[in-house]
Amino acid sequence: MCGTCGCGSDGNGAKILSPKMGKEEHGHHHDHGHSHHHDHDNDHHHGHHHHNHDHDHDHHHKTVLEVERDILQQNEIMAARNRGYFDAKGVFVLNLVSSPGSGKTSLLERTLKDLKGKIPFYVIEGDQQTLNDANRIAALDVPVIQINTGKGCHLESDMIHDAVKKLNIGNDSVLMIENVGNLVCPSMFNLGEHKRVVIVSTTEGDDKPIKYPDMFHTSDICIINKIDLAPYLDTNIEELKTNALQVNPELVFFEVSATKGTGMEQWYEWLETNMKLVPVDH
Amino acid sequence: MHELSVAMGIVKIAEDETKKAKAKKVTLIELEIGKLAGVEFESLDFVWPAAVKNTVLEDAERKIDVKEGLGQCGDCDTVFEIQHFYDSCPKCGSNLKGIIQGKELRVKALEVI
Repeated sequence: MCGTCGCGSDGNGAKILSPKMGKEEHGHHHDHGHSHHHDHDNDHHHGHHHHNHDHDHDHHHKTVLEVERDILQQNEIMAARNRGYFDAKGVFVLNLVSSPGSGKTSLLERTLKDLKGKIPFYVIEGDQQTLNDANRIAALDVPVIQINTGKGCHLESDMIHDAVKKLNIGNDSVLMIENVGNLVCPSMFNLGEHKRVVIVSTTEGDDKPIKYPDMFHTSDICIINKIDLAPYLDTNIEELKTNALQVNPELVFFEVSATKGTGMEQWYEWLETNMKLVPVDH
Repeated sequence: MHELSVAMGIVKIAEDETKKAKAKKVTLIELEIGKLAGVEFESLDFVWPAAVKNTVLEDAERKIDVKEGLGQCGDCDTVFEIQHFYDSCPKCGSNLKGIIQGKELRVKALEVI
């Protein structure tokens, strides 16, 4: 069974799409996307040694196997593979996470528009359905791949692995991964990113970080978006920051309005400085 | 509902290990899950029957060793129990802490036949 949506197929039910594909194309292909790595771990070594049809004694014998394996190990291994690839090519990778509607895509659009002349960008969009976000990015002439997770609530590292193969990422660039809008599930899944960026908007209330602590705990950067709306709301930005710091004292904040462009300079500065910190092997 | 992904990860490990040991099925699975691991136990219960159907785990008894959250203060080194990531040090009030227990998400042992 598929671990993402529970459908009958193996692997993840995610579909990997490019805005260039015709609309009528992608709806029906659920199969080719799935078969990816069912870890080729040489099971064939074991299966055929069963010729010693003996063991009258063994069918009631219980054996205890001390396994001690991490449940998310598969995801971590693939994340490490992704990370190695990114480091080797000098690709700085950000995993953007937030609730739906915090302005991840708007922030991304603004950033790409303002910096694409200086920095080569690549984008992976994660949503349950539609190519809408990928189309918004493609309209800016930035290479983008859309992952539709179906019923799935988060991206996993193997989906990134497959999407990256189609993106043809150039060296010394920035890859932005926009995760599925969800402040819970994506926190557990390392994609191989260098930094995790949580976006929270002023409309969400200043207790968001303590209501959804896992995501704030695992993030490095917190972008507070829609600050232009703050005067019309009861949200207290200082309170929001205090709450976030209580969960994760190491968070670095940026206060922006992606639609108005307020506060974006500091964020850009951080991006330009940090993209140079990726260990480059080439 | 990432618990389904977690359950599928457990099934994958059980299938691998059972095959490696040339066993037929699992009678008992012992898991270690921390309270800060991000797993909702009720959700895991809910997805479990669907996840283990037609696998070596289908008839397995499941034991979960639940680990309490423990943090160590980054300022005064006090070790204290934490329920939430935002709990601060009871001694000095600092928010800076390392999680030393409670993020476990592991298959500990399998009893196979």
